[in-house]
Amino acid sequence: MSKAGRKIVIIGNGISGITCARNIRKSDDQAEILVISGETEHFFSRTALMYIYMGHMKYEHTKPYEDWFWEENRIGLLKAWIEVVDFGNKKLLCHNGNSIAYDILVMATGSAPNKFGWAGQDLQGVQGLYSIQDLEMMEENTQNIQRAVVVGGGLIGIEMAEMLASRNIPVTFLVREKNFWDNVLPLEEAELINRHIKEHHIDLRLETELNEIIGDKVNRVKGVKTNKGETIECQFVGLTVGVSPNISFFRDTKLAINRGILIDEYFRTNIPSVYAIGDCAEFKEAPAPDRKNIEQVWYTGRMHGETLAHNLTSGKPQPYKPGIWFNSAKFFDIEYQTYGWVPPVWDSKLGSFYWEDKRGKICLRFIYENSNKKIMGVNAFGFRLRHEFFDKAISEGWLLDKVISNLDRANFNPEFYKPYHKAVLEQYNKEKGTNLQFAKVPFLKRLIGSRT
Amino acid sequence: MKKLQIIGLLVFVLGFLIFSYIPFLGTYQLEKEMVEQKVKPEHTDAMVRILKPMFGIEYDSNFDFLADFNELFKEYNYDLKVRQDWDQVIWDDYAFILTKSASQGDVQETPLLFLGGSILVAVIGALIYILPLYKDEPEGIKNNGIYFSSMKSRGVLGIMTGAYLILFYVILYWFPEYMTNLVLMLDPVSKAISGNEASQWFLYGFIYTLAILVMGIRMFRKYKGNTYQTLRTGSVMFFQLAFAFLLPEILILLNMPWHDFKNIWPLDYSFFYDYRIDGMLSSGALGMFMLVWGIILIVLGVPVLTYIYGKRWYCSWVCGCGGLAETLGDPYRQLSDKSLKAWKIERYMIHGVLVFAVLMTLVTIVNYFMEFGLLGQATDQLHSIYGFAIGSAFAGVIGTGFYPFMGNRVWCRFGCPLAAYLGLVQRFKSRFRITTNGGQCISCGNCSTYCEMGIDVRWYAQRGQNIVRSSCVGCGICSAVCPRGVLKLENGEEEGRINEMPILIGNKSVSVKS
Ligand SMILES: Cc1cc2nc3c(=O)[nH]c(=O)nc-3n(C[C@H](O)[C@H](O)[C@H](O)COP(=O)(O)OP(=O)(O)OC[C@H]3O[C@@H](n4cnc5c(N)ncnc54)[C@H](O)[C@@H]3O)c2cc1C
Ligand code: SF4
Ligand code: SF4
Repeated sequence: MSKAGRKIVIIGNGISGITCARNIRKSDDQAEILVISGETEHFFSRTALMYIYMGHMKYEHTKPYEDWFWEENRIGLLKAWIEVVDFGNKKLLCHNGNSIAYDILVMATGSAPNKFGWAGQDLQGVQGLYSIQDLEMMEENTQNIQRAVVVGGGLIGIEMAEMLASRNIPVTFLVREKNFWDNVLPLEEAELINRHIKEHHIDLRLETELNEIIGDKVNRVKGVKTNKGETIECQFVGLTVGVSPNISFFRDTKLAINRGILIDEYFRTNIPSVYAIGDCAEFKEAPAPDRKNIEQVWYTGRMHGETLAHNLTSGKPQPYKPGIWFNSAKFFDIEYQTYGWVPPVWDSKLGSFYWEDKRGKICLRFIYENSNKKIMGVNAFGFRLRHEFFDKAISEGWLLDKVISNLDRANFNPEFYKPYHKAVLEQYNKEKGTNLQFAKVPFLKRLIGSRT
Repeated sequence: MKKLQIIGLLVFVLGFLIFSYIPFLGTYQLEKEMVEQKVKPEHTDAMVRILKPMFGIEYDSNFDFLADFNELFKEYNYDLKVRQDWDQVIWDDYAFILTKSASQGDVQETPLLFLGGSILVAVIGALIYILPLYKDEPEGIKNNGIYFSSMKSRGVLGIMTGAYLILFYVILYWFPEYMTNLVLMLDPVSKAISGNEASQWFLYGFIYTLAILVMGIRMFRKYKGNTYQTLRTGSVMFFQLAFAFLLPEILILLNMPWHDFKNIWPLDYSFFYDYRIDGMLSSGALGMFMLVWGIILIVLGVPVLTYIYGKRWYCSWVCGCGGLAETLGDPYRQLSDKSLKAWKIERYMIHGVLVFAVLMTLVTIVNYFMEFGLLGQATDQLHSIYGFAIGSAFAGVIGTGFYPFMGNRVWCRFGCPLAAYLGLVQRFKSRFRITTNGGQCISCGNCSTYCEMGIDVRWYAQRGQNIVRSSCVGCGICSAVCPRGVLKLENGEEEGRINEMPILIGNKSVSVKS
């Protein structure tokens, strides 16, 4: 399909747009590739924004490729905001009036933070966190403040709490749910994170919602009112109540949109030669039974980019077929990894085996099908697990017994860490009345640090 | 910061300032007896004659003293050189030893008081600061604020620290006569261990070891909960204290040559120098053991252990240079350059030094067997160039002085010939690799930022590729700081270690070769 001279324009230089551009270039030497973004000239890792605020890194460290990389690979970069897309004439209009023609258009415009129309949500000192510009604003908004309130118990909310705490700013964290992120995490895991949040001296308020944000005379935030009638004085409010596809500038065009840009399994929109990938895309039909129509995570964006690049450059387009689900996050000091399917609550069709370390900061949960004891998914907190192992175990439908008795091989913790997998096995044997054992590793092999 | 810690910091700075002021104390007065005592018999007469004008004169500072000393000495040698009377020229450097004898005053009278008031005070201050670090904080990564810190991100404090270190090394290597007071205050310690007076190298070893021990304790605090870091740090502390500091001094006490059993050629570049070989050969069974052990390390130890564990067994668990880098240098690890360009320069430089060291040693050995015939002159020349440019300027001045500018492994990365040798084995024949955990990388960059060797770890991790790099010293910090559990240092089967064309797990539509 590599037609000489075609011009592929990608709006958005996030993980999805950039992965797509890179992979197109790998198999198509001819195409002209242009990536446009108004946020930054170069691709940076959005997931690392928090570390800039915390002083672990500077902006330049978050760029996964050196600046020469783009020219070397003939991937054009343009820093500009696209304001209008003229689908009829295949043209883009920039904020500065320039127009750009395309043959193929890929939209990878990401997300924007949600705002729910709270009173006072536009006061100074009230903001979400998504872009570099948001981060710069947060830097300004949090100078010399006495208290911050973070609203919304999700992944970005807890990151924001951690960021503020790293600067010794007292944080009140309002979470609507009974426990932190319990619409995703089962009870024990959510409680484990509750405890850890408090260990970091965060004033965690569960089952508490924001009612209103109060401003002072110069329109700066001075407090919030909760649904419990309490007023909390603060000089900063972080609104982290989820994100939505960033598609506002496609409204009132021919482009079919719902919550996101509607696409089929080949990332095709309703307009020929126009595609959408990443956070901004919404599949008309979920790509797999356990997958959502919109998935706003890094890995998904990457896989979209890979697959669309393949489709644009090869004669054999493939429908998007994500494999076994995986994800990860870090809650303050506790790392979280998950593979496969672990729902927050389950009925009798599913069984669960849960192990928690005595100190209450490390745990594993396995979900299996009750009828045949096959593993469905696993949650790990403070316990690194091998992706390859679980990808295989889950897709091949291993029995939980087999998974547990191979847990030593699944362990991805650094060397010399406590062999927690032994404690897991012990508890499993006790609970299930089994007598599973790890394969013996001869002394010599252990001495040379070999895992098999 | 707690009040106590601030006090600790102030106490440290006080000790440090006193230490820096001590060289300027006291008076200097040279006597004939001193010259007779300290100078080699064959030079006694000449030296007494040369220095006669200084005898009995009290100098207020070592600068004045050394000005006269150098003047007289230069004049004498200059005349001889003009007359091409090479045999008579005195090549030995007596400045240090005579200045040290001539030093008078409080330091000379109460050395332990000054040792206590400077180094000990600094150590106590540092410990008061370090011990309570992160006391009430849960285990985890403690990198908050590093890029806001003047000390750790090439700010004024960092630049000042670097400048001080560079100055210290320059004086230590080439003008030790200006720091005789500092050496003097260590005489009692040196005498207690080896029975000898302290030299500038004893002072250096003493401070070096203390730095590793004190900053090692800081590592325990900073990486608490990370067993790999704790064990590794404990190991470098042990090897520095026992093998690099105490054991060699005890050998001296036993009338044996100074020897560091864990140092390996070509880092220990003088191992095959004739005076070392002769020293070992004339020291009976133990000397013979030194020679054989040294050679076993080179031909068996390095390849076998590196095959099994990677070069980390040495670079971040045993080596003294590595030990200092991993303890004193830890606050600066993020300053290493990660660019592709730096990697290119690195490969030229480090392999260049390796070639230099090997050639020099070959010439030395050939020369030894030819009984100092033709190659004598060339050998000496090579030794002095290498000693100056690599042994002192590179390994010392730049190696440590540049911590606050270019990270804590400048020497290990760009210069160390042993690292180059270990690295070749690690790259081409080893079971060690850093395994990348499938598709879990979020390209955040923590790993690359905190890799002291300037390896762009993320480049590999985000494409699902194992990290197999000759320069990796296996410090394990990339794995520690990764927020997604993507990296694991491992020894495993050679098969599948190097995956040039990795496939990222998780996408069943296409298998993209990154
Ligand atoms: C703070 C934070 C932490 C996160 N942490 C994680 C994590 O740990 N793990 C994980 O899986 N996911 C995480 N995510 C989510 C993840 O970052 C996103 O899913 C991913 O970045 C989406 O990539 P994308 O390429 O679709 O869009 P984006 O990265 O959002 O890129 C879109 C780009 O397009 C630009 N753009 C949009 N409209 C226009 C226009 N009209 N003109 C010009 N340019 C335009 C935007 O400015 C932006 O630069 C995090 C998100 C945030 C905000
Ligand atoms: S790659 Fe990792 S283990 Fe190797 S030197 Fe760099 S930080 Fe240390
Ligand atoms: S620290 Fe971990 S997640 Fe971040 S770039 Fe490195 S390997 Fe990837």
